[in-house]
Amino acid sequence: MTSRYYAPFAEQGSSPIDRTVIGRLLSTALSYGGDYADLFFEYGVSGSYLLDEGILKAAGRSVSMGLGVRVMKGDATGYAYVQEFTEEAMQRAASTAARIASDGSVVRIASLSERRIARRYSCENLSLDVIGEEKRDLLARADKSARMEDARIIQVEASFRETLRELLVATSTGKIARDRQPLIHFGVNVIAEQRGKRQSGSSGGGGRLGLEYFDHCPVEQHAQEAVRHAIVMLDARESPAGEMAVVLSPGDSGILLHEAVGHGLEADFIRKGTSNYTGRVGQRVASDLCTVVDDATIHAARGSINVDDEGNQPAKTVLIDKGVLRGFMHDRHSAEHFKTEVSGNGRRESFQSHPLPRMTNTLLLSGPHDPEEILGSVKQGVYARKFGGGQVDISNGDFVFSLTEGYLIENGRLTAPLKGVNLIGNGPDVMTKVTMLGNDMRISDGIWTCGKDGQGVPVGVGCPTVKISAMTVGGTQMGNG
Amino acid sequence: MSVDKQTQALVRLASEVVERALKKGVDIAEVLVSEGSHLATKVRLGEPELVEEASSRSMGMRVMSGQQVAVTSTSDMSAEGITRFIEDALELVQLAQPDPFAGPPDASLLAKPEDHPELRLFDPAIDNLDARQALELGKQAESAALSSDKRLTNSEGATVARVSSASALVTSGGFRGAVCGTYASITVSPVADDADGKKRSGYYWSATRHLSDLKSAQFVGEQAARRTLAKLGARKIDTQEVAVIFEPDAARSVVRLFASCILGGSIWRKSSYLVGREGTRVASDLVTIVDDPLIAKGPGSRPFDGDGLASRRNTVVDDGILKTYLLDTYSARKLDKNSTASGSRTASGSVGASTSNFILRPGEMTPEDLISTTERALYVTDMMGFGFNSVTGDFSRGASGFWVQGGEICFPVSEVTISLNLDKLLQRIDMVANDLDLRTAIASPTFRVNNMIVAGR
Repeated sequence: MTSRYYAPFAEQGSSPIDRTVIGRLLSTALSYGGDYADLFFEYGVSGSYLLDEGILKAAGRSVSMGLGVRVMKGDATGYAYVQEFTEEAMQRAASTAARIASDGSVVRIASLSERRIARRYSCENLSLDVIGEEKRDLLARADKSARMEDARIIQVEASFRETLRELLVATSTGKIARDRQPLIHFGVNVIAEQRGKRQSGSSGGGGRLGLEYFDHCPVEQHAQEAVRHAIVMLDARESPAGEMAVVLSPGDSGILLHEAVGHGLEADFIRKGTSNYTGRVGQRVASDLCTVVDDATIHAARGSINVDDEGNQPAKTVLIDKGVLRGFMHDRHSAEHFKTEVSGNGRRESFQSHPLPRMTNTLLLSGPHDPEEILGSVKQGVYARKFGGGQVDISNGDFVFSLTEGYLIENGRLTAPLKGVNLIGNGPDVMTKVTMLGNDMRISDGIWTCGKDGQGVPVGVGCPTVKISAMTVGGTQMGNG
Repeated sequence: MSVDKQTQALVRLASEVVERALKKGVDIAEVLVSEGSHLATKVRLGEPELVEEASSRSMGMRVMSGQQVAVTSTSDMSAEGITRFIEDALELVQLAQPDPFAGPPDASLLAKPEDHPELRLFDPAIDNLDARQALELGKQAESAALSSDKRLTNSEGATVARVSSASALVTSGGFRGAVCGTYASITVSPVADDADGKKRSGYYWSATRHLSDLKSAQFVGEQAARRTLAKLGARKIDTQEVAVIFEPDAARSVVRLFASCILGGSIWRKSSYLVGREGTRVASDLVTIVDDPLIAKGPGSRPFDGDGLASRRNTVVDDGILKTYLLDTYSARKLDKNSTASGSRTASGSVGASTSNFILRPGEMTPEDLISTTERALYVTDMMGFGFNSVTGDFSRGASGFWVQGGEICFPVSEVTISLNLDKLLQRIDMVANDLDLRTAIASPTFRVNNMIVAGR
């Protein structure tokens, strides 16, 4: 299929950017004596569809494009961006970013050559190119399914968002890389009402693919899951408060890992010495059950990338191997600082932001235990099934994540659903308390966006059933812990 | 270009696009054109780390054909870009389905240009702050922090930033308006080494619309140092029921959650615990909350709302009683009420209700008096996480701060959670201090909640 959507700077676009233009811009960028420069051309187009109260109330489309120019001198970064691809505007940005340097030393631009990159997703069936009626029908089907599922459902909101992000990166070290990154997200939110009590439920998913996503995960499945969630929560009771065992369900619970250890292993915090994991490579930082990887290679996963936003090719990085810290996630800046290989984790929200070390798909791999056996081992505790989100304080490792569906565990069985609670722990401490690990690792369906320094990027998480021997549960019921 | 000339050019561009869309056959077209420039600099351990400078432009449009609605936005302001942007809107509006409540506001309600109040949101001096000066200010601020105590061994840096923006809204219903605004800020984040090998980070910031109102680099640095050092030796406490004092930064996060539950969209969707609660008690009688878009130099001030209605002050909670929700034109129609002129138009082109300056009214006592009259409490300075369910009001978040006993701050506390349904929390506010600071559009002084669940050891 031929796409309607190509970046102006693409070979098929209206004003292709070639090596000559790139060379001229990089020369300007280094004209004040910078050590390194890169150009980040980006074209983003997104479509959004919201079906509310059974009506497609608004359809939207948005285009955003520009060039970000970065110049580095030692640890200092000069950054400027423009939204037009005229040479005059681009030269102005290059010249603004160049002024981070002032000593006029001369760095030669390496000979530019285009890199071949991996193909972890495809734009063959871009959902943006599919007629809107098909997407409207998907949302209408979800709405109908949710309302048929249970008469207590009083509101249904179904949404679909599709994005294409096309990029061209060129560096003064001679790299040129291009990628087209598709992304879709589908979500259903419902509200159930019973005897004056209301509760909400939700379900969502997606990834770097087209509408074929729904072949494996029909909209009805998400609609029914959202309804199940809301109905279960109608009967939720107060959660106990205090320290107790916590069992995490496989999949989305990987968000705990993302907060507890993931951020602390991003190498900008290591370079600055502000992470708790600074200087601890080779040391035990988790129970020996735990192997943690950051894997950008998973086919069509939300956090996967063929090339990072600095033109480097990410692979699978082992962060923790059987409890021992092995390495960090690097961007170019941190890798230069530590004189090590880049890991392809340099990502940015858009051309308006400079890259930072970021996670892609961060996974805690399967362990030896049967999930039933894990649950059976808990006398009293909390089972965490669905999550609202999390946050970490890098400096001391304290992290939180909030449950939107949890259950009380009594004598090895799930007994009652619990009202939403917040769980709090200390990353390094909690990782040593992983006492059982299931053999059922699952990758979350694509819903997570990670925020850092005000920049959001799509990420994946994954984990098996996990038992944490003790964590603080922020319930409202005293004397039950 | 002068500010007037700049906004006139934006109004002209928006009008042209409105005309072109109408010619293509839509019934209603509303266009918001925005442009801005910014500078952000960061200094870390005395050395420049980042200088970022850029300007940007974008345009968002909402069109209606009958009661079918579509929104488009673009940063591509080339002739082809704008043509495509209009064509996209025409294509999508055919796809949308009729919404009986969609439509522009009644023309008689639109604010007239001569009535737009002057809110002093723009300071030309801010544009003159250049990279070298900004880096110098950052250096001073960070150095004021790090030199104040040798336990401050590291830093996340000092950021100095300025933003200036202008936008124009033109609607086919007859509204034309433009706004300009500026902002400058200094933020300092030192890191301290704690005895147990942990690190503790803290921060302080000042942000104002006028450069001359910005707190000095020295002051911001010293405050950041004081706040970071105070966290050294933080520990967990036992799980218990106890009073909780919210410092202004934590208090405003609580007020923000409440704000999300009184917006029109959350009421008609029934996704708020405050559905059907107008005229009833939603907080203790010490609580009065006002949404005031007309405060001079206010961070959330606006002369008119996203629908083009004249901004007005709304008392949302009066002595604990919920007086009104905040409504834009659409949510007002859904609820069969009048708009409170609380519409906010986003860059994507859509409009929804939002707060402006949403302020919990300060009390009489100083925060020091509030603490000294407290026998036992957790004094919360920072909160973490997203633990709030707006449908039920259930609230549970990570917290850190200090333990207060016998009217004195005893030791720092971390890694605990505080929980209570927001409805109960607000009704249990038994003291409100006088330390309101309008650094943020949602603001609150220190207040005390007489009893919450604190989960720790």
